[in-house]
Amino acid sequence: MLQLVATHAKYQILETVRIPIAVIGNVFFPVAVMLFFVVPFTRDDPAEATQATASVVTFALMMSFLFTYGVGVAEDRGKPWDSYTRTLPAGSAPRFAGRILSGFTFMALSLVSVVVVAAIGTPATLSPAELAAALGALVVAAIPFALLGLAIGYSMPFKAALAFTQIVFFPLAFGGGLLGPPGDGPGFVETVAPYLPTRGAVELVWAAVGDYEINPTAMVMLGLWIAGTGALAIWAYRRDEGRRFS
Amino acid sequence: MAETLARAVAATRRYGGIVAVDQVSVEIRAGELVGLLGPNGAGKTTLINMLIGLRRPTSGTVELFGGDPRSPASRRAIGVTPQETGLPATLRVAECVDFVAAHYPDPVDRDELLGRLGLDGLQRRQTGGLSGGQQRRLAVALAFVGRPRLVVLDEPTTGLDVEARHALWQGIRDYHADGGTVLLTSHYLEEIEALAERVIVMGDGTILTDGSLESVRGMVGIRRVSLRIDTVPPLDGLLGVEREGDRTNLLTRDADRLVRDLVAAGAVFSDLEIRTTSLEEAFLSITTAGDADAAAV
Repeated sequence: MLQLVATHAKYQILETVRIPIAVIGNVFFPVAVMLFFVVPFTRDDPAEATQATASVVTFALMMSFLFTYGVGVAEDRGKPWDSYTRTLPAGSAPRFAGRILSGFTFMALSLVSVVVVAAIGTPATLSPAELAAALGALVVAAIPFALLGLAIGYSMPFKAALAFTQIVFFPLAFGGGLLGPPGDGPGFVETVAPYLPTRGAVELVWAAVGDYEINPTAMVMLGLWIAGTGALAIWAYRRDEGRRFS
Repeated sequence: MAETLARAVAATRRYGGIVAVDQVSVEIRAGELVGLLGPNGAGKTTLINMLIGLRRPTSGTVELFGGDPRSPASRRAIGVTPQETGLPATLRVAECVDFVAAHYPDPVDRDELLGRLGLDGLQRRQTGGLSGGQQRRLAVALAFVGRPRLVVLDEPTTGLDVEARHALWQGIRDYHADGGTVLLTSHYLEEIEALAERVIVMGDGTILTDGSLESVRGMVGIRRVSLRIDTVPPLDGLLGVEREGDRTNLLTRDADRLVRDLVAAGAVFSDLEIRTTSLEEAFLSITTAGDADAAAV
């Protein structure tokens, strides 16, 4: 079983790595956000630089999971190869687990590149304890986006999934206050932010890397989002039979 | 009687309001080489997808090796071809085979299998760089990786040239001679005639005919005598009558005799044409003939 999971992860990673631009694209966007929006504005404030980096990391994580799962799963489901793999005597678990593993692999890649840019280009600092806390926070923060991505990927055809992911992606990032320092966004963003999963996620990461007081509303909402997206993902996964007509 | 490997009992599958497979019951027994024929939309692929666990029947039951086709254990002894040429374009040929082999306890030797299908020396090529025929052969090869007892080949030779098609037929015959069971769909009557011992004809989601190759071949050898005629006299061997505008089509197995009888009966007709029915038309006329017989009784 474990061996099959590794096999599925390996081949999914191989399929992506063979198209280098797909990997570069995954890394490019968060690095570009760092270079244009964080590096020039946080020259001499380590705390602010660290917090801004945490925002970008959460942003990268959300993007990576929404697109890898939302668009990737929908695309795979439309392919005859995906139907074929369901006829192999493995069940869906290894493929599913392999997908999670490969998703984490590419996410780790983009995280590492953001952290490298932060270390070189900004005064951001992180103690080992903060780093450990940040990794833990990131795993929790990843959950609602991975689940939302899976719900999209398993319930929609490719083109709809692509459009839908792009539509939800920006309001989640902007509305959750990922694109600015905490407490400094436009008024309506501060109002809606606590109700979006992005805010709960990024607050966890902010709290892990510095002095940030977590808003309880955002935490409760994060929990609700995890439960809601989880239910949706399970529903979509259960009803899925690949393409509808064949 | 030989062991039943796959079975459908009153299996029905609907997609929304469309009934793709309607109350079909069928058994595939060990050692058989079964050809499944029918026009597009007849329900062949849906029936197969239920048998290999890709689709749940809306009602009725399907079984594979006595179990639920949707449970992985039931699928351990089947081999399936990916539809179309849907191989992952960036994977290499050897990787594709290894990936599939990782799912089976005792897979066949990769290079030997590729050699048998004429894919020697292509192990390092990405599948996206193969010709259509090579992709098709690789897809068929994947069905045999896990030493299956039952292979299900959906349109295996579409897009192959004559030589490659004949090579593949020989491969299927060899596998069958070694005791393997084959369920095959095809658009090509020639392919079914070359391979199948038992033929199942589907149309409109139901099984129209299920019998030996000989018995079905007899039904398919139908001619269409098309002419302008006011009243059709009673004729022997007339299987069905179709009206097409001002033309009348007479379906028969023996067109020569039908024309002689028409002349002998003194019927007034013009613009006589005789056409062979295509495979799809022949299947349609199997249903038409059934209706005509029923009407005659």
